Amino acid sequence: MQQYLFLIPALPLLGFLVLSMAGKHLSRNLIAGIGAGSICAAALVALVLSASFLQSPPESGAYTQILWNWFLTGHLSADISLRVDALSLVFICIITFIGALIHIYSAEFMRQDRDYARFFASMNLFVCAMLTLVMADNLVLMYLGWEGVGLCSYLLIGFWYETPGNYRAANKAFVITRIGDTAMIIGLFLLFKELGTLYIPDILTKATEHFNSGSSTITLIALLLLSGGIGKSAQLPLQTWLPDAMAGPSPVSALIHAATMVTAGVYLIARMHTLFELSPTAMHITAIIGAVTLFIAGCSAMVQTDIKRILAYSTISQIGYMFLALGVGAWSAAIFHFFTHAFFKALLFLAAGAVIEVLHHEHDIFKMGGLRKKMPVIYYTFTIGAAALAALPLVTAGFFSKDQILWYAWSADGGHPLLWAIGLAGAFITALYSTRLILVVFFGEMKTTPGHLPGAAMTVPLVILAFFSVAVGWIEWPHNLLHVSLFSEHVEHALPATTLKAGLPPEIVFQLIAVGVSLFGIYSGYVLYYGESPLLMRWKQSQGLMDVRNFLFKGWKFDQLYDTLLVRPFLFITRINKADVSDKLYTAIADINLHLNKLFSVSQNGSLRWYVTGVLVGILFIITLQLLL
Amino acid sequence: MSLVFYISSFVAILATIMVITRHDPIHALLYLVASFLAIAVTFLSLGAPFAAALEVIVYAGAIIVLFIFVVMMLNLGKETANQEKEWLRLRVWLGPSILVLVLLAEMIVVLLQPQPTAMPAAVVTPREVSLSLYGEYIIAVELVGFLLMTGIVGAAHIGKHKKKNLHRYLQTYPNLN
Amino acid sequence: MSTVHAHTVLIVAAILFVLGLAGVLTRKNIIFMLISIEIMLNAAGLAFVAAGARWQQADGQIMYLFILAMAAAEVSVALALVLQIQHQHKTLDVEQLTALKD
Repeated sequence: MQQYLFLIPALPLLGFLVLSMAGKHLSRNLIAGIGAGSICAAALVALVLSASFLQSPPESGAYTQILWNWFLTGHLSADISLRVDALSLVFICIITFIGALIHIYSAEFMRQDRDYARFFASMNLFVCAMLTLVMADNLVLMYLGWEGVGLCSYLLIGFWYETPGNYRAANKAFVITRIGDTAMIIGLFLLFKELGTLYIPDILTKATEHFNSGSSTITLIALLLLSGGIGKSAQLPLQTWLPDAMAGPSPVSALIHAATMVTAGVYLIARMHTLFELSPTAMHITAIIGAVTLFIAGCSAMVQTDIKRILAYSTISQIGYMFLALGVGAWSAAIFHFFTHAFFKALLFLAAGAVIEVLHHEHDIFKMGGLRKKMPVIYYTFTIGAAALAALPLVTAGFFSKDQILWYAWSADGGHPLLWAIGLAGAFITALYSTRLILVVFFGEMKTTPGHLPGAAMTVPLVILAFFSVAVGWIEWPHNLLHVSLFSEHVEHALPATTLKAGLPPEIVFQLIAVGVSLFGIYSGYVLYYGESPLLMRWKQSQGLMDVRNFLFKGWKFDQLYDTLLVRPFLFITRINKADVSDKLYTAIADINLHLNKLFSVSQNGSLRWYVTGVLVGILFIITLQLLL
Repeated sequence: MSLVFYISSFVAILATIMVITRHDPIHALLYLVASFLAIAVTFLSLGAPFAAALEVIVYAGAIIVLFIFVVMMLNLGKETANQEKEWLRLRVWLGPSILVLVLLAEMIVVLLQPQPTAMPAAVVTPREVSLSLYGEYIIAVELVGFLLMTGIVGAAHIGKHKKKNLHRYLQTYPNLN
Repeated sequence: MSTVHAHTVLIVAAILFVLGLAGVLTRKNIIFMLISIEIMLNAAGLAFVAAGARWQQADGQIMYLFILAMAAAEVSVALALVLQIQHQHKTLDVEQLTALKD
């Protein structure tokens, strides 16, 4: 199996190359066939790979394939080489499998688009870059994938670049993630300086010998890597790009800005877990960032009216849960939440895309409504997705993963009751806005007449994803209920197990509280948004509450904050520094040339005798020079 | 032979001075013929009879004839002479003359720097010249052929007057009234 | 006065050249300028012939020949131009032909 590893990223790359070079001359069916087919083939290879991995895990714990030496400079040797261990395998499966479903969905969704080939080319390149990111065995190659997904994200957010504002959103995403990326590459430099290698297994083994636990260097490195993860995963304080990134097509939001790319930060931290474990400070900061982000983004999601922005804020919030889990040392719980979240959030985005498409590009949920009867398939799948998001107990995947995180937020070694409380508040908010979404979009009276309904290529992926949104939770049950823990057993080949504090109340208490909070959230949503709620009307009249609502609606005004703190001062500086000294030098060169030009063009007066005199003076000059020297 | 050389050189210089100071083009051309002939004699005295013959035939013959043709075609007569007189003021020629004299002085200084060598009295015969011309210089001869060809074509093209579509009676002559 | 020195011939050529140059510089009439250019070319030819005679080589005369051909071609084109200029501008004053000004 090992020798076929390269096929997984190579097939999407092939698709990208074919589509980008010959895309203009191919028919739409062929484009869809190549675009979706390459990912499906990669998914098949990944399926075979994971089957063989699960059946007989390799002795070293990973499949490796060294393709070629990329470059060799000084002591740094970067190979194009792949390494698949249990952690990578989870990501590969998600990327290829969900990627394949989303590509099939897009084949119909983007059918009418002018740039059909460009869309699939970018998507294929994205999948290739993302696979490179998770399969890389050294941080240099991983950084290549890391920047590759950033590039594709930029290209796809700005896919409809003719609509004003979209390119701005793309630029915003690119610039903000770049802040994190810069921090990350500095972290990599530092790591290389300290350890002399960027080969991931070497780093993990050497780090424990080289660094003292809690030393300032390792904390700095971990924080720099964390910054990279924060930028990519849209965590506080670099979260503002993700809601705007919804300018891209819905499949893009589903694949890049929900299921895969935004979780690259989670992958990075999980991959470098040894470094983080050596630095308790960095772990605490990770947990706090996750907790604060999940709360802030959840609050914003509660009051949004654009269906995709609700989901975007919800994504930020859910990734906040993953960071929280990583921060408290619940590695496998974080990855498990990534695993389930990828399914139900992709489902939600795709279903939302279908709703938007049917309602003639209507994004405002308050102009939707009453769609339950009109599009039952989408209604049911969307409801399943929202239920998973709201962590409806026992029947949805979201419950199992979120419950685990909440439990570990207190009980794990790095846990704290406050983290648990924020997580719980987040769970309540999540349940509330999920219910709101369902009730406003699918119940009540119809406000926009639906167009024609989506075909099988769009609904079948929805159904498949809905099935998995329910089913994948059952591979990992809480210890006290049922002894099934396939996922954590698998992941623990690559990640350390979570250590627990002693002397805590039994797990069942926490579970019951979490279940109660979720149900209460759903109930609150039902009370507030089903039909005409008097409570909501009263709130709407209160000025103070509306101010709070507007504050949350603007995403806690982070954009304004950055605008006043950074953008405006920067613009101010650039304005006053417009004619700065270094510019003067360059303009002086131009000015001197202009003046010389004016000076010399006087001699260009068209008089032949004047020219001959010039020649004569030149001759005199040369001969005199010769006589003198 | 040296006497011949000095006399002819003197004549050439004198004639040339006359050329550049005449007002009437025809006078200038006649002095130019004199200058060319004097230089032809100089060539003879330097032992270059072939060059002397060519000087007479081509310069004093063909080229001067071309000039005279053009002067006649353009009907340059008294008017031109008067105009030239007006143009050739002191302040027009003084500056260039001084510059040119400086140049001459410098050239003479440069030329007088090496030890003087006497010219041999032997003759370079036309036979030697033509053997060399059609031997080692054959490519250059062909190139000169091209040059003359382009000269002919260029002169024919440039000198061609564009045909006017208007009948000559319909053309307006502003100086007729 | 029995022998001619090489630099004497060259000085004669230089004088002729300089006279031609003075003509080009002082005259405004194109015809006179062309005549002066002929003088300069001729002076250059004299220098070549003198050099050929000094070294007893045929090359000097051959160069003179080339200069001759060049002068012929130049004069034919230049005089055609003079005809056109007179035809189009009704003047031979070189100071008025400043269309190539910057």
